[in-house]
Amino acid sequence: MPPTLLTGNVAAAWGARLAAVDYIPAFPITPQTEIIETLGAWVDGGEMPARMVTLESEHSMLTAAGAAAATGVRVFSATSSQGLLYAMEMLYTVAGWRAPLVLVNVSRGLSAPITLEPDHNDILAARDCGFLQIHCADCQEVLDSVLLAYRLAEDPAIRLPVLVNLDGFYLSFTREPVALPEVEVVRQFLPPFDAGNIRFTASAPESQAVAVLGGGPYSYFRYETHLAALNGVAVYEQIAAEFAGLFGRKRDAVENYRADDAEIVFYMIGSFASKAREAVDRLRDDGQKVGLVRPRLLRPFPATPIARAVAGKQGVIVIDQNLSMGQGGVLYTELTASLYGKPDAPPIITSFIGGLGGRDISAQEFYQMVTVTREAIASGTAPPPRLLYTAGELREVRKLQAIAAVERQETSPGQQPRETPHE
Amino acid sequence: MYRIRIHGRGGQGIKMASRVLGTALFHAGFTVQDAPKYGAERRGAPIFSYVRAAREPINERGVIYLPDLVVVADDTLLAVPTAGTLQGINANSVVLINSHESADTWRHRLNLDARILILPAGEEVEDRAELPHVGATCAGAAARLLGVIERATLAQAIEEELAELGSDIVAKNLDSALAAFDAMADQQCIVGEGVAIAANDFAPPDWIELPFENAQVSAPAIHAAANSVQVRTGLWRTMRPVIDYDHCSKCWWVCSTFCPDSAINVVDDLPVIDYDHCKGCMVCVGVCPPHAIRGIAEYLAQQEEEADAADTTDR
Repeated sequence: MPPTLLTGNVAAAWGARLAAVDYIPAFPITPQTEIIETLGAWVDGGEMPARMVTLESEHSMLTAAGAAAATGVRVFSATSSQGLLYAMEMLYTVAGWRAPLVLVNVSRGLSAPITLEPDHNDILAARDCGFLQIHCADCQEVLDSVLLAYRLAEDPAIRLPVLVNLDGFYLSFTREPVALPEVEVVRQFLPPFDAGNIRFTASAPESQAVAVLGGGPYSYFRYETHLAALNGVAVYEQIAAEFAGLFGRKRDAVENYRADDAEIVFYMIGSFASKAREAVDRLRDDGQKVGLVRPRLLRPFPATPIARAVAGKQGVIVIDQNLSMGQGGVLYTELTASLYGKPDAPPIITSFIGGLGGRDISAQEFYQMVTVTREAIASGTAPPPRLLYTAGELREVRKLQAIAAVERQETSPGQQPRETPHE
Repeated sequence: MYRIRIHGRGGQGIKMASRVLGTALFHAGFTVQDAPKYGAERRGAPIFSYVRAAREPINERGVIYLPDLVVVADDTLLAVPTAGTLQGINANSVVLINSHESADTWRHRLNLDARILILPAGEEVEDRAELPHVGATCAGAAARLLGVIERATLAQAIEEELAELGSDIVAKNLDSALAAFDAMADQQCIVGEGVAIAANDFAPPDWIELPFENAQVSAPAIHAAANSVQVRTGLWRTMRPVIDYDHCSKCWWVCSTFCPDSAINVVDDLPVIDYDHCKGCMVCVGVCPPHAIRGIAEYLAQQEEEADAADTTDR
């Protein structure tokens, strides 16, 4: 079919529709709501033969999703930020059940202070729960990733739930050309869910439960989940190759954009990576050998393809759209850990925190990160991590603080005046 | 690549304008990216949307900093710095303003090194921001300024984007958009495609080291005078709880304690509902031991009140 203009949210909904999901437990949250609205309209209009149920919270939504998946039906759900955190207990539980389902997360920064715009602290909070994670850079990839995610989740060597992540606003509300695959080809790639020994018969109900266990059996079940997740790298690569054969789009575990002959590469996830592609093209126009290495698969961590992609580079620029308080960027921490001791690991890895709460990263900032990294390569020492933050932005914060100080004075004139921020 | 930013207020059809323009450009053979940008949605709040269109895949993303065309659907926004209407306007930009003032007036007022045009209005209205179908009008005029969209393609885009609103609304928007398209004939192609920021000639960002500041300064807390009472959350109500005092057992505490909004006060041993702040959750209806509170549809309650008021006036 020729491409049509779709938002990332509608592309996610199309993914669920083409995957012929059976059950959609739902709870709305900005910026995910359009996914639920779109699916709701299709189910209501008879265009999608699925059962959709609105739950009273994301915690219940995930419980319903996991319970349904444990009966052998194909389940889809979606949430964002606070909702994902509210469901966190069940994310761990459902993964422990080994219930395969697909959950879309529309990234949005976490409270407090509150924001509607994206960063990856929400999805990275779910990093260790047992859900596999696929990160998208454009709207077509959102649709494709939902289909890939079902294959991954339902693979007998894995059987784990999968999270597909797209950034709020930058993808969720942004329309781009998206090609809708033909249903017959999707069926070929993703046949109906063969639930195997996952079964439930309404006429013969039975209980499914887990027991309270000591460390020995507990370790067994937890480590088996880890091993299943690790299988994901090889299984994903095989599925992606099949996908490329049928649909003509490469969806490798790690995107390698003009990185083969690059001296320096950007390393990042999500939609801002498309901005890095643009920066790479402009830097190449200027004769600078810069590329982009972008993990699409973050759990399991594709350590080997990543190590291969950055091997022999002079420098890697890690841009983290997240912040682990008291540590720094999560991608930086994981990349350096995975490369430690490897003989051809890049000698310089610079760390930048940018894009928190949807704060944009400008073209000039991408270019400047390359300049900084070249200087580090020349001197042999990487600079300390840097927050991408300008003097102008701090001036705007000072204005807000001044207003808040006046408010406080008017409300509680008896209290100590606020300390004046120093410039 | 064409980079277009459309500014206006929530309710003016700014998102629709970008979608119409985006769809029209897409049908004209361009690769397109369009998106709205807003905070917590609110009618009347400044919002903007943007469209990128190119002959090749688009990797740029997010807000447009160097626009080729800026459309301002409400000229009062030009005086609001946080609306960012003027951001990145340069000598190659075209600014299309919906205003009673002339282009010359705005040129002097804004002291801008850009080409300024006034949106043609199909009818005279006191407040230009209230111009009917202003979103479609902006899209129609903008389409002509680009010069790469056929009249029929614009019409097709409007029909597609507004289809869900019904044929009557489509027809009216179509008239407004096509009239604006025709009115801008002598400005056709005035907007050109801009270029990307070059990597060998750029102004480095003025990055700073963010200093540590203690929590008294850096905690995100705003202390303001108690203002919840001024927010009339009662306007949200779709169901209204009404106390039947003949059946109220004067327990004086059950409904008022369970009310999640503290909207039931006990006055002289009798519960009184504060309808300015009751959101109509009906918890009180469920918990009242003698079932002395009933819920009625808010619109029916209001009709009754209006009838009573009319009655009183008649007398």
